[in-house]
Amino acid sequence: MEVKKHTIQLVVNNKPDVLARIAGTFSGRGFNIESITANITMNPDVTKINIVTTGDSRTATKIQNQLKKLVDVLQVSHVRETKYGQREMALIRIKLTQETKEEVEKAIEELNCRVITKKSDSCTVEVTGTGNEIDQALTRFGPLGLEDMSRSGIVAL
Amino acid sequence: MKLKGAEILLKALAEEGVDTIFGYPGGVVLDIYDEIYKTQFKHILVRHEQAAAHAADGYARASGNVGVCLVTSGPGATNTVTGIVTAYMDSIPIVVFTGQVPTALIGSDAFQEADITGITRPCTKHNFIVRKVEDLARTVKEALFIARSGRPGPVLVDLPKDVSQAETEYQESGPLKSAYHDPIYIPNLEALNETLQMIKQAKKPVIMVGGGVILGKASDELRKFVDKVQIPVTHTLMGIGAFPGTDSLSLGMPGMHGTYYANMAITHCDLLLTIGARFDDRVTGKLDEFAPNAKIIHIDIDAASINKNVLVDLPIISDSRSALQQLNKMLHQNHFTIPEDDRRKWLEQIRQWKEYAPLSYHREGEKIKPQYVIEMLYKLTKGDAIITTEVGQNQMWAAQFYLFNQPNTFLSSGGLGTMGYGFPAAIGAQVARPDKTVIDIAGDGSIQMNIQELATVVNYNIPVKVAILNNGFLGMVRQWQEIFYGERYSHTNISQIPDFVRLAEAYGAVGLRATKPEEVIPLIEEALNIPGPVVMDFAVDPQEGVYPMVKPGSPISDMDLGK
Repeated sequence: MEVKKHTIQLVVNNKPDVLARIAGTFSGRGFNIESITANITMNPDVTKINIVTTGDSRTATKIQNQLKKLVDVLQVSHVRETKYGQREMALIRIKLTQETKEEVEKAIEELNCRVITKKSDSCTVEVTGTGNEIDQALTRFGPLGLEDMSRSGIVAL
Repeated sequence: MKLKGAEILLKALAEEGVDTIFGYPGGVVLDIYDEIYKTQFKHILVRHEQAAAHAADGYARASGNVGVCLVTSGPGATNTVTGIVTAYMDSIPIVVFTGQVPTALIGSDAFQEADITGITRPCTKHNFIVRKVEDLARTVKEALFIARSGRPGPVLVDLPKDVSQAETEYQESGPLKSAYHDPIYIPNLEALNETLQMIKQAKKPVIMVGGGVILGKASDELRKFVDKVQIPVTHTLMGIGAFPGTDSLSLGMPGMHGTYYANMAITHCDLLLTIGARFDDRVTGKLDEFAPNAKIIHIDIDAASINKNVLVDLPIISDSRSALQQLNKMLHQNHFTIPEDDRRKWLEQIRQWKEYAPLSYHREGEKIKPQYVIEMLYKLTKGDAIITTEVGQNQMWAAQFYLFNQPNTFLSSGGLGTMGYGFPAAIGAQVARPDKTVIDIAGDGSIQMNIQELATVVNYNIPVKVAILNNGFLGMVRQWQEIFYGERYSHTNISQIPDFVRLAEAYGAVGLRATKPEEVIPLIEEALNIPGPVVMDFAVDPQEGVYPMVKPGSPISDMDLGK
């Protein structure tokens, strides 16, 4: 079976140990967490968690079935990429030199990045898009002098 | 009226129908123990917290109700972990109450502090720490609800000392309506219809039942169903007693130490209807060659158990009783008839397998054969005892040679394989069922893992009988060393063992010993006539192995039938 990324979205009770229960379910059953985001929702009693995992579709089903058994997990869904959209954000710091400056600026424009800070020798930009788009941006900036980066993980609806 | 946390705990438990606690006191549960003293709540004082958890487990398995235990913080709590995992693996409803240091001290590495909710998170169905006395009553009820609902399991409730000391108004909350895990499962009628169609078409069907049939209290429905469809039934270790072992359609247990005929039937069947079993590796052997010709139907309450190990053709998420009830109803409505010719041929084939390799052993010789002890226990208790086991050879021989006709009468640590389980579980079972004869079938290794409970049985005159199959070895490990490790018996010789008869006497129990086959029957008769706890020490043949046997990783049709 084909191994690919799966986005699993959980609606959970907003309790301090719920994240530990979810993470423990993944580690204890030998599943992998590629990225995880957790945040408040319109209802303060519940939290929405997005987890990206890799595996075949049978593994994805197994994970969901195990997560459904957790008492504090209220809802589990497998988010299809095409449904309402998934976005991720990355902050990327790029080194600036005389030689690369022009090329970096061109890339910033073409990739629709937002410049967050700009100094004489470096700049930090924000990229928002699908996981693939973030990957593309990183590939583009890589040879130009990528100094550091931080990704948010996927949020999905 | 304001009540203390400790009072609320006992009141909420009583409202939930809990009337027995197995436990062991300590610093942070003093207020609760003071309340137990004042209210005379029934409490069985064990001699080690592990035994409290196993006793609650044995109580649950024998009664079908939730078992409850209470221990102190730190080491008291961590000592229950083996008992909790044992219950978790076998889906047994227990609630473990642990004391905790006062909330203000949590996280400070206080004396006897352990993060027991953190430790037990992966091995409980759910756990709680109660931080406010106002939450206590509701949490107790939720804990019991979660333990027994859906696929049952252990729940832990951590109680900081200040919570059991604090006071609040108590309000009777009545039965709990929880949003969690709705326990009502309505089986898919179309799928059940399809099940009946598949049964009609099958030429060589087999039913495999597991612990889910016992937990779901579905044995009667199962009997009715099998009576009608005339399909041979194999039961997993956890399913022992779900279907009468003496019935001509019973195939006994499948798998590693199962019967030849159960394994052959599974391997050659064209339909395997599995109810409340989870395709454990000890049952399936090599997965690719498990039931290779069969369409598999899997009825289970836990969706996560379906397609976990074995891919099935027809999954049905339901508790065992609802599904069987519905199937029986449909059989009745549809005037179901079995395809007689095909069924006669299949049952004849099974009869031949049974004749070719029945469960047996070499009866001759001057040493007591362990299987003979089990057979005589079966005969002299008329098959009507509750049997608990330890783990290893004693467990497999008990499963093979004692025939169980009733559910909730065979109590064994199947999933986790916990040595030291049987004796405290027997205590719990005897407390739940004072009318029954309760026997722990033990080995000389495993009995030593909770032997301190002799003090408990003498203390309360709990008339549990312990039958030690004493071969001076860690027998099952020795058997593997003999077969797979060139007879290099690395650290399995435990012949430096206590004199169990004198040890029993030192605790105030009766100890009896048999060293020759002819002594076995009179010894068991004597033990069964003693109204208190008895330890029977049988010096058995150390060379005896458990057969048949499937090597790990081999298909279950590839059986070593023994010497």
